[in-house]
Amino acid sequence: MNAQPATALRAEWIDIGQLDDIPRQGARTVKTPGGDIAIFRTMDDQIFALWDRCPHKGGPLSQGIVHGHAITCPLHNWVISLENGEAQGHDSGCVHRFRVKIEAGRVLLDGAACSANAA
Amino acid sequence: MKSRLVVVGNGMVAGRALEHLLATAPETYQVTVFNAEPRVNYDRIMLSPVLSGEKTYDDIIIHDDNWYADRGIKLHKGQKIVAIDKAFKTVTSAEGIIAAYDKLLIATGSSPIVIPVPGHDLPGVLTYRDLDDVEAMFTSAAKGGSAVVIGGGLLGLEAAAGLRARGMAVTVLHLMPTLMERQLDTAAGFLLQREFESRGIKVLTQADTKAILGTTHVEAVELKDGSLLPANIAVMAVGIRPNVTLAREAGLTVNRGIVVDDGMATSDPDILSIGECVEHRGICYGLVAPLYEMARVVAARLSGNRQADYAGSVTATKLKVTGIDLFSSGDFSEGDDREEILLRDAAGGIYKRLIIKNDQIIGTVLYGDTRDGTWFLDLLKRGTDISGMRDTLIFGQQYAGGSPLDPMAAVAALPDDSEICGCNGVCKGTILLAIATQNLASLGDVRSHTKASASCGSCSGLVEQILTLSLGDAYKPAAVQPICGCTDLGHDDVRRLIAVKHIKTIPAIMQELEWKTSSGCAKCRPALNFYLLAAWPGQYQDDSQSRFINERVHANIQRDGTYSVVPRMWGGMTNARELRAIADTVDKFSVPAVKVTGGQRIDLLGIRKEDLPAVWADLNAAGLVSGHAYGKALRTVKTCVGTDWCRFGTQDSTGLGIRIEKFMWGSWTPAKVKMAVSGCPRNCAEATCKDVGVICVDSGYDIHFAGAAGLDIRGTEILCHVDTEDDALEMIVALVQLYREQGRYLERIYKWAKRTGIQTIKDQIVEDAEKRRMLFDRFVHSQSFAQSDPWAERVAGNEAHEFHPMADFVFGKAAQ
Repeated sequence: MNAQPATALRAEWIDIGQLDDIPRQGARTVKTPGGDIAIFRTMDDQIFALWDRCPHKGGPLSQGIVHGHAITCPLHNWVISLENGEAQGHDSGCVHRFRVKIEAGRVLLDGAACSANAA
Repeated sequence: MKSRLVVVGNGMVAGRALEHLLATAPETYQVTVFNAEPRVNYDRIMLSPVLSGEKTYDDIIIHDDNWYADRGIKLHKGQKIVAIDKAFKTVTSAEGIIAAYDKLLIATGSSPIVIPVPGHDLPGVLTYRDLDDVEAMFTSAAKGGSAVVIGGGLLGLEAAAGLRARGMAVTVLHLMPTLMERQLDTAAGFLLQREFESRGIKVLTQADTKAILGTTHVEAVELKDGSLLPANIAVMAVGIRPNVTLAREAGLTVNRGIVVDDGMATSDPDILSIGECVEHRGICYGLVAPLYEMARVVAARLSGNRQADYAGSVTATKLKVTGIDLFSSGDFSEGDDREEILLRDAAGGIYKRLIIKNDQIIGTVLYGDTRDGTWFLDLLKRGTDISGMRDTLIFGQQYAGGSPLDPMAAVAALPDDSEICGCNGVCKGTILLAIATQNLASLGDVRSHTKASASCGSCSGLVEQILTLSLGDAYKPAAVQPICGCTDLGHDDVRRLIAVKHIKTIPAIMQELEWKTSSGCAKCRPALNFYLLAAWPGQYQDDSQSRFINERVHANIQRDGTYSVVPRMWGGMTNARELRAIADTVDKFSVPAVKVTGGQRIDLLGIRKEDLPAVWADLNAAGLVSGHAYGKALRTVKTCVGTDWCRFGTQDSTGLGIRIEKFMWGSWTPAKVKMAVSGCPRNCAEATCKDVGVICVDSGYDIHFAGAAGLDIRGTEILCHVDTEDDALEMIVALVQLYREQGRYLERIYKWAKRTGIQTIKDQIVEDAEKRRMLFDRFVHSQSFAQSDPWAERVAGNEAHEFHPMADFVFGKAAQ
């Protein structure tokens, strides 16, 4: 556990760890005052950040199966696009996304996301 | 009087620039070239064929001594320039030669990166960059022994193939999970790895080098996981770094490379630079095509053409290893705003993938057949609208714009003597004749009469087309329900092909069986994971990312995202120590709900994911292990108290239940398996609605199966009667193993039995003692890898990332 200085909360990008902390085709969560954010790593090593709540019944998307650039919710198998947060197929709903990027193997999350209170 | 042009560096790019310059403005400059290498200009790209022995040094010389002499160029070989004086416009070599210039061209290229691990400076640690490196490899290879190549990119793989061709035992270490991950997608990376392995080259991915060991010379390479690889030489091929020291010391603007504008001028307008040492619009290039483009631009500028501009390049990669055709260019990541056209021909070892965005090609990956690479790259560079030729695009230039290929026409056009089934050597004519003379009407008919498609089955589609060709609409192919949208194959075909083709990984299935998506979906991946686990016990490495969350974290997810935990209670028996541990756990973790399940055990509900390992640790301490209440696996063996207590009991039903559960726990099955043993026909354990049930009677044991009490209600069928506990166990184990081998993923035993037939199952289990024994043995073998408590493994730290947030900003802290 690394201490995160309080000033970091105001930074534009916040370093939340290494890319390799997230398994390929897997996800990790980031706890924020506004709720959990799910950070996904796809097979092609891209990362995406979404609220960890399915638009259907609030299922934790981070616990689903990652395939292509999509996630299947563990509760009722809704498929959500990681790119635009939209539910796929005949379902409709949208999950809020956050800016996230990789720099030199580190995962950087939008600073505003980490201190946001609600979406 | 001619202007003076001094060129620092004499690699391929400098040579190419001189060629262009002399062609357009032969009289403009008096040219002087300084080359740090004691050689003339040679084709560095061709080092790999030299290493593998397919070419010699003489073959790859581009410009020999006469070329320079004939053109009046002064070439200083083995003279390294160490200083530039911008004010006086001179350069100075290490041996003190000073040359004045009007225009200076820096083409110092790049150097291989050497990872500074302990031992990196030992004799025998080589890079792969110039002829000196290749000669050092020759010397080592002549003595035989083994080589370790660090780096599974373009250069590393070429070095590995060359060393192998020279007779060394070669291991490639690659830090990432797939080879050449920057140029290839995972599917092509897999094909490449398989090809290398088939050439006897060992490939270790996710291998992180810790140190190079040896006293006076390299002896071994040590990995971070502790393994030791003996090595006579270690080749570092992890990347290149632009050579910028000279430029930086001269005060030119340098970032990662020497910064140049579109006219290839550095921050000093009389100093130009090209090649791997430059940085143009933030990009450093390492492939030859863009570098040659720079050479063209700089020559035009030097001849006075101020319009010539370099606008950056789209690069394409080709691997120069004989027998491996591989091509990639552009951007090939997936995305919602893009579509892909995929062609997989497993038998031909061909994989082609085009990435399309707004009707333009933006990326290409070709493996096995790269003939159209140039054409695709051309379409990509031009941004050609491909909507008009989309249907045939993937087949390449020769089909472009033509009418879409009719697969029937293609089969119709085949001559009668063309082979359809490679496994059994059956020709088209043979199949046509059999259909006509023996009135065959189905794929099964053709298989049994001609053997076509009866082995590996990969030509089934062709055979069906031949049936359609001869019978027309009279042929009705049997509808097979595909596993999911990612494939046209059904569960049974996939299982059969896994066995026949010895396929052992999920990416391999997707490649060999021509999956239509690059990484499957949430429906097929768990199924494939189970099929591989069942087919290759002890060999297949379980892919946790292809498992549903419950099986990934060994607990059941609840509607609020918390989990429930159900420890095993063997045969439904428990004791004070276990109950006390459960009660203590409930108190310690403030477990909100405790429930007795229908399977005679206790469910702790509402546990936070982060608490799971700690909860399991406490339960483990009391001897409680995972009950697999979350798995497609053996759940419970429910029992009544039998002869131990019951006045009606006929056998020790509790003891048998515990024995079955202890024998079979931990095995993965197509769907969940629930069992029960009742001590008398009053059936208090409700054995006659279970997947497998035993009713004890005075004379022994009646074994039941294929019951259901869920979505469907079904009483069991009787499998057989046996006299002893040992016989009962063997029957049950053989039955479950047959189900593991034949059941479709998520198909419960009653559905499997209905599909295959109760009698067919009885024939194999009850009537055929030899088959029963073999099934039993296979189950026992598989169990030897399966019976390890997943909770204890995670308490010990396995899969730790699952149970901790990556970062926590609620309390102002970050977690690992």
